[in-house]
Amino acid sequence: MPRTVRDVVFVDGVRTPFGKAGPKGIYHETRADDLVVKAIRELLRRNPGLDPAKIDEVAIAATTQIGDQGLTIGRTAGILAGLPQSVPGYSIDRMCAGALTAVTTTAGSIAFGAYDAVIAGGVEHMGRHPMGEGVDPNPRFVSEKLVDESALFMGMTAENLHDRYPHITKQRADEYAVRSQEKAAKAYANGKIQADLVPISVRRTNAEAGETGWGLVTADEPMRPGTTLENLANLKTPFRTHGRVTAGNAAGLNDGATASIIASEDFARENNLPVKMRLVSYAFAGVEPEVMGYGPIPATEKALAKAGLSIEDINLFEINEAFAVQVLAFLDHYGIADDDERVNQYGGAIAFGHPLASSGVRLMTQLARQFEEQPQVRYGLTTMCVGFGMGATVIWENPHFDGGSK
Amino acid sequence: MSTTAELLKGAAELFPDEVVTQAHVRHFDLPKGAGRFALITLDNGLDHTKPTTFGPQSLANLNAAIDQVEKEAADGEIVGVGITGKPFIFAVGADLKGVELLKKHEHALAIGKGGHEVFKRLSALAVPTFAYYNGAAMGGGVEVGLHCSYRTVSKAPPAFSLPEVFLGLVPGWGGCTLLPNLIGADKAVSVIIENSLNQNKQLKGQQVFELGIADAIFEGADFLEQSLLWTADVLKGDIEVVRPVIDRGDAWDQAVARGKFIADSKVHGAAPAAYRALDIIAAAKNGDLQQGYDAEDTALADLIMGGELRAGIYAFNLVQKRAKRPAGAPDKSLARPVTKVGVVGAGLMASQLALLFLRRLEVPVVLTDIDQERVDKGVGYVHAEIDKLLGKGRINQDKANRLKALVSGVLDKAEGFSDADFIIEAVFEEIGVKQQVFAEVEAVAPAHAILATNTSSLSVSEMASKLRHPERVVGFHFFNPVAVLPLLEIVRGEKTDDASLATAFGVAKKLKKTAVLVKDAPAFVVNRILTRFMGEIQNVIDEGTPVEVAEKAVEPLGLPMSPLVLLELVGPAIGLHVSETLHGAFPDRFKVSPNLKAVVEAGKRGFYVYDSGKPELDPEVAALLKQGDTVLTEEQVRARVLDAVAQEIGLMLDDGVVAEAQDIDLCLITGAGWPFHLGGITPYLDREGVSERVNGKRFLAPGVASVPA
Repeated sequence: MPRTVRDVVFVDGVRTPFGKAGPKGIYHETRADDLVVKAIRELLRRNPGLDPAKIDEVAIAATTQIGDQGLTIGRTAGILAGLPQSVPGYSIDRMCAGALTAVTTTAGSIAFGAYDAVIAGGVEHMGRHPMGEGVDPNPRFVSEKLVDESALFMGMTAENLHDRYPHITKQRADEYAVRSQEKAAKAYANGKIQADLVPISVRRTNAEAGETGWGLVTADEPMRPGTTLENLANLKTPFRTHGRVTAGNAAGLNDGATASIIASEDFARENNLPVKMRLVSYAFAGVEPEVMGYGPIPATEKALAKAGLSIEDINLFEINEAFAVQVLAFLDHYGIADDDERVNQYGGAIAFGHPLASSGVRLMTQLARQFEEQPQVRYGLTTMCVGFGMGATVIWENPHFDGGSK
Repeated sequence: MSTTAELLKGAAELFPDEVVTQAHVRHFDLPKGAGRFALITLDNGLDHTKPTTFGPQSLANLNAAIDQVEKEAADGEIVGVGITGKPFIFAVGADLKGVELLKKHEHALAIGKGGHEVFKRLSALAVPTFAYYNGAAMGGGVEVGLHCSYRTVSKAPPAFSLPEVFLGLVPGWGGCTLLPNLIGADKAVSVIIENSLNQNKQLKGQQVFELGIADAIFEGADFLEQSLLWTADVLKGDIEVVRPVIDRGDAWDQAVARGKFIADSKVHGAAPAAYRALDIIAAAKNGDLQQGYDAEDTALADLIMGGELRAGIYAFNLVQKRAKRPAGAPDKSLARPVTKVGVVGAGLMASQLALLFLRRLEVPVVLTDIDQERVDKGVGYVHAEIDKLLGKGRINQDKANRLKALVSGVLDKAEGFSDADFIIEAVFEEIGVKQQVFAEVEAVAPAHAILATNTSSLSVSEMASKLRHPERVVGFHFFNPVAVLPLLEIVRGEKTDDASLATAFGVAKKLKKTAVLVKDAPAFVVNRILTRFMGEIQNVIDEGTPVEVAEKAVEPLGLPMSPLVLLELVGPAIGLHVSETLHGAFPDRFKVSPNLKAVVEAGKRGFYVYDSGKPELDPEVAALLKQGDTVLTEEQVRARVLDAVAQEIGLMLDDGVVAEAQDIDLCLITGAGWPFHLGGITPYLDREGVSERVNGKRFLAPGVASVPA
């Protein structure tokens, strides 16, 4: 049967505000599935042109797929969100790149012709599901030295990356982190972030955590506007004595969910849905698990090669800031300045937070906003490092591109 | 301390065991830059199975929360105040346990005033107020929201009602006054009177919205988020709430008249609550809220100090609590599983039982009878009823297929019952026939199978006496219509063992019936009392009192129907049969009426004809009646009837027919539909002094279903 590959577009994306994991966090008494359900419902409200019955798949990522993140959350979230029973769903896991993989996997199926439109997103409630909950690594990893023990601890892999690139100092990482906070605060002040946030009602029964009763969350909890280098200088380095990685130059432990609509471009146009980004290429790559933060570099190389583009063609970058060192390694590799204005214009995970499997769609939602504002830009990319030594990159084209008149 | 706080503190001291509701105040920024908001969450700290209620300390907590937001509103720190509940529950009104404890009119008045004083502060704040009915809202829960400027309701099915009249109160924290002023008198009458008197019917979210009680409705999944977004729009002026203009003309009076008609048809003037509520609704026409609140306070206090409400709460507790823990039932761990049911007989009663077992137990049900035609008819009836359920959308096609596949009919009892765990007979009401049937069943049924009888008046012990294993026989007496009346009298025969009885109670629970343990005494509970009651009516008629006088005599009780209409429903022949049985057992108290016998022999199905639309004595029946010349007044008839009932119940309790008077009342409420305001009957007999007059003592201690001493 003759087949034509179809263009795939990012129609829209939303997310919950991100919270701090733990007993005092805003989502401590909120279920993970409720977070993703509310994101899906907001997405549907924002896009009344999308007949829910025409959704072909609900792909939801979570790293720890147990409890309220288990039970095939893509399916259960669809039912809980009020989608017709005819809409199927499944779960995805590629740790931090879960939502990104939910997008690329369904996008591949759309291009192939299996789907017209899908919901793709992710959730991670790291308060209810701490990293490593229920894991059971095969003892051969250590006995056969398949990986170093540090590979299981993301903070240690970040320290390892500092070892590999001694010129990426703690000072540089801290400076990067301060800029991330500044950019995020500015983006908030300019209303760049709020428009894509879903308000979430939250209950609190523990008076030690603050006022009790029902409240409403409309902003990211982890943000630390006004952070200075001095604030960061003396933070502990929990992963190594005299190390470089601190809570200040890394993303925290967070709770949150994201959701996006991905569709074939034809479907989007026929149904009068917005076309915010057009998918160009995507790639995943594996690296040594001990330096997983290096992952975005080979993944980006692959994605560029598949697209027939070079790094110079990319004029907007959304890099997940799991650790400042991992962003800096990427920038150094491509000879991009630490403060290049094309990179993470609204700040990144160091400021907003990084609820593992949900973050990929946050990058896309922010890149989509930037595309809209900057029609002179044709290509952008979203990239992230992934636990156990992987990187993930998606290259997007700006449908608002005006031919580069600037 | 404000006077309100003092009032509530005093009330709280009277009610130390209150489950206290907290009123948490939490602040946040509304979306869309609408400003800083204070949200009050009502929460008793327990899960949704223990709904949030308002006792005096709870009201004091809400009062304190309002103190806080009142100041913030006055200082311009907040733009609005909301109120909502814990998950699945908004608030379900006053704590009835606290009401039961009240002994003095002044204390009862304080409860009404306390609620008003707190709630009405919500409407007096310097900023708009919003109620978000997130879940179950009843009584005072609904009312606290009525004092707010705006309301939203969840589409997820919350129970929503003003059930006060059902219990014997009025919606007295603003409900009677505010609701008609919000949605008009006619709709308010539907909610306050009609639904309450219609077995406490609950509203769904959609109806709450359509009635105009709520200004907006949102789905359950993100109800609070959407409510708060809507709030932001309202506060910013992006949404204008427009409510229909209320008709304050004749429509108001007509609505009140309609309410009176409903009340008359349900309680026949016998319970004051509906009428008190209607008086307040009628007066609310002028829109004077404070006048309405004052009237509510007085009505509440009067009703709280009245016997009808105390009986109502007692009755409510019987059906809500005692019904779930039957007195005298053996340990449920003794119950054996029931995986197949046999029904002996395929007549109408047997077929109804087959349908009930099928629907509730969802196990194979086998009907048998003496010929194939009857068997086919019985199975056909069940199939037709399943199709009706399917047609009404009560079950889906899969369920219909499943149920139809589970029911079967056979002629051969051995084939049908060899693997049945529970076999019930509903054959002709004659002891020899029943003994024969049980002997045949015992010959083919497994050794553990329960043999149950639906007899209404025969002795269960006698029925079991010829069996090898009489210990597995139980009485399982349903009430017609089986699908409607909740009562199931479970009769313990002389030799019935605990395991069989436990199994019977286990089955009753799955059938969703209110099971009451009854001794094997003639006609058990409901039929014995009803027959004594009707017998006394019949006696006075036979002696010469006109039929209308005898019928009218018991109207002040507010029974669901008059004695002779009830006789018609039961069937004069059955009524006669039961009276003969009881006459056989207790000839001095139960007579067999020659007039009733004549009516039955003439083939009449009742005393009345309905040609004019109203019941009128059938001239043919009138011609049959042979009356004496003793004519009693209504009062005299009423005294005789009530004395007879009190005497009979006293004898039954002395004989240990049931554990306590409470079980008698539970039987009468759930098996005969006797009303809450009578508390079944014994609270009424105590209240009217009949118990003392006849038996020299009350049935219930003061305070149990009456104002405590």
